[in-house]
Amino acid sequence: MTHTDVTTERFHLALVGAPNSGKTSLFNALTGSRQKVANYAGVTVERKAGAFVTPAGRQVTLLDLPGTYSLRGRSPDEEITRDVVLGKRPGEAAPDLVLCIADATNLRLTLRLILELKRTGRPLLVVLNMFDIAQRRGVSIDVDAMSAALGVPVITSIAVKKAGVEELRHRTDEFATNMPAVTAGDGWTPLGLSEMKTLQREADRIIRETVTMPSKPDTLTTRVDAVVLHPVAGLVILALILFVMFQAVFSWAQPLMELLSDSFGALGTLVAQVLPEGIIQSFLQNGLIAGVGSVLVFLPQIIIIFLFILLLEDFGYMARAAFLMDRVMGGAGLHGRAFIPLLSSFACAIPGIMATRVIDNRRDRLTTILIAPLMTCSARIPVYTLIISAFIPAETVWGWVNLQGLVMFGLYIAGIGSALAASFVIKFFMWRDYQPAPFMLELPDYKLPRLKSIAIGVYTRAKMFLQRAGTTILSMMILIWFLASFPQAPAGAEGPAINYSLAAIIGHALEPFFAPLGFNWQITVALIPGMAAREVAVGALGTVYAIEGGKEAADAIGQALASKWSLATALSFLAWFIFAPQCASTLAVIRRETGSTKWMVVTFLYMFALAYVASLITYNIAKAAGLG
Amino acid sequence: MTAHPTASETSVHELRLGNAPRGFIGTIVALQPDIAGAAESGHELERHLLEMGFTEGARVEILHQGAIQRDPIAVRVDNITIAVRRREAMAVVVK
Repeated sequence: MTHTDVTTERFHLALVGAPNSGKTSLFNALTGSRQKVANYAGVTVERKAGAFVTPAGRQVTLLDLPGTYSLRGRSPDEEITRDVVLGKRPGEAAPDLVLCIADATNLRLTLRLILELKRTGRPLLVVLNMFDIAQRRGVSIDVDAMSAALGVPVITSIAVKKAGVEELRHRTDEFATNMPAVTAGDGWTPLGLSEMKTLQREADRIIRETVTMPSKPDTLTTRVDAVVLHPVAGLVILALILFVMFQAVFSWAQPLMELLSDSFGALGTLVAQVLPEGIIQSFLQNGLIAGVGSVLVFLPQIIIIFLFILLLEDFGYMARAAFLMDRVMGGAGLHGRAFIPLLSSFACAIPGIMATRVIDNRRDRLTTILIAPLMTCSARIPVYTLIISAFIPAETVWGWVNLQGLVMFGLYIAGIGSALAASFVIKFFMWRDYQPAPFMLELPDYKLPRLKSIAIGVYTRAKMFLQRAGTTILSMMILIWFLASFPQAPAGAEGPAINYSLAAIIGHALEPFFAPLGFNWQITVALIPGMAAREVAVGALGTVYAIEGGKEAADAIGQALASKWSLATALSFLAWFIFAPQCASTLAVIRRETGSTKWMVVTFLYMFALAYVASLITYNIAKAAGLG
Repeated sequence: MTAHPTASETSVHELRLGNAPRGFIGTIVALQPDIAGAAESGHELERHLLEMGFTEGARVEILHQGAIQRDPIAVRVDNITIAVRRREAMAVVVK
């Protein structure tokens, strides 16, 4: 083997396989943390690329293509897979070799896919994944006979075992040294129905000839499913899993989040003590450090949510959750898989929106992204509790119901109800022509998750969040700091400095627009720093009403508001916060996840309109009821 | 959509998978995908079902069903399990 030119030319590998074939584990094993996750230009499809070096020193780029059962190209994901394999995807190198991953325990559907891939003319190497599990279950496969029958080299692999991965690297070298001239992709046509049936018959024939199935199927999965998919017990288990998940997100993440936010607070204070008072100090403390801190503070929640999602996915539970929830979600025009992302949004819309990646279909995913911010996230809780404790008397109604708790519950229900209604409206008006993806989903056998693979997955998500969302969120934070700080208060001015800033000027300018909602200019001003994160609005209200102190002063703010606002204004303010799109981070993540500014603007506008109308109605009804 | 027999059910032994009760065990006779109200129509639904392994002669068993209107169903097709809505399963003729 010559070592002269192997390092100069990159070798392109593409991974193709059916969903649940263990493709991602193999990808993680081959590339480790050398991965880049991005979106394909113009579509909400995740592009996962990695790199590794072969024993001969060849640089290999590995592309993990979206899982598919065929080259039909039914969804944008499947189109990407088809186009890359055919070498027709602009900006993507045609793969020199396609690795087709087949789950050795479940070959029927993948063998048909392999036969379909073979027809493209692209060089193919079949990897029988999870060979160890297959052997343990008593499946015996004559690999040589299968290779001969398929007319394609077949190797076995155990995604997590070093030896299997090494052999794959070695085979890549072998293949690359005597690479055939490829004329793939031209003249390819989609399979007709009869061709599909023929290929499936051929696949079934090859399986009969080369695979011996055990007499007993996997009884563990059957026994677990008898409970997990039971109409009643299944829902109870799902509720329990979600309960633990939310406990984790709220309580495990809490100390970490507080630690992070306290550390950044302390760092800010330190900067304030070291540097002289002025613009630089204010920028570092309130702009940069507070900005970075407000991004990093989400990290524990994101890590925990993704840990759960990846674990459930790898166990094979996600498909079951979608099965259990499909009818419930389907009533609002949502896919069963939208369930987990929407529930995650109760903690924070950011991990929720990132979690919509489990939804394959683009339009189903977009709908879920658009309505996720309507779920009542934890950042609204400080605003709700402040206003409720200031304005709603702590009375008991109907003998046993706490009125404050009832209002809080009502706000949550209003959020959920409006999300479902919005989903319905989106499906009805925007995508009338659109045929929803039918719910057809393989329920894979349960498997133990591979911890290393999970760790790589969580690491990649966390990195992606920090890199991409981080830059956008941070720049918005700095913009908001700028608006709230400039121009500075003249010497000897009375009242808080924010009253002289651009934020105040904008607040005053917008006051007539918000006046029909019962909002005074102080509220309007507070809404601007509230863009950073909803709970900041509480602090900002404190600032504009010139109340000293941070969180401890919440009671004082409440008292001040109670004396200055009417009940109608307070109710209108609550209604505003059910819908208000004022969270720069969420908007940044929507832009990032949909790969377009358009959907960010759409979300902002529709939520703004909802908030305005809801507040307008609430204020006028309350005023008519004599609460003004 | 409530399940009801269709005109194409010629024999008493043949029925639509979408109408079959939980615990049903049978063999696929044919795919007749022109179902009113299905998310995909005609050939596309047939292709999709074929891709998921619903081929003539395959052994099917309804393992589980959802809580609301017994929908969706989890069907064992040869040696894999597929979740599908009853509406789409109406395209599968079984005996």
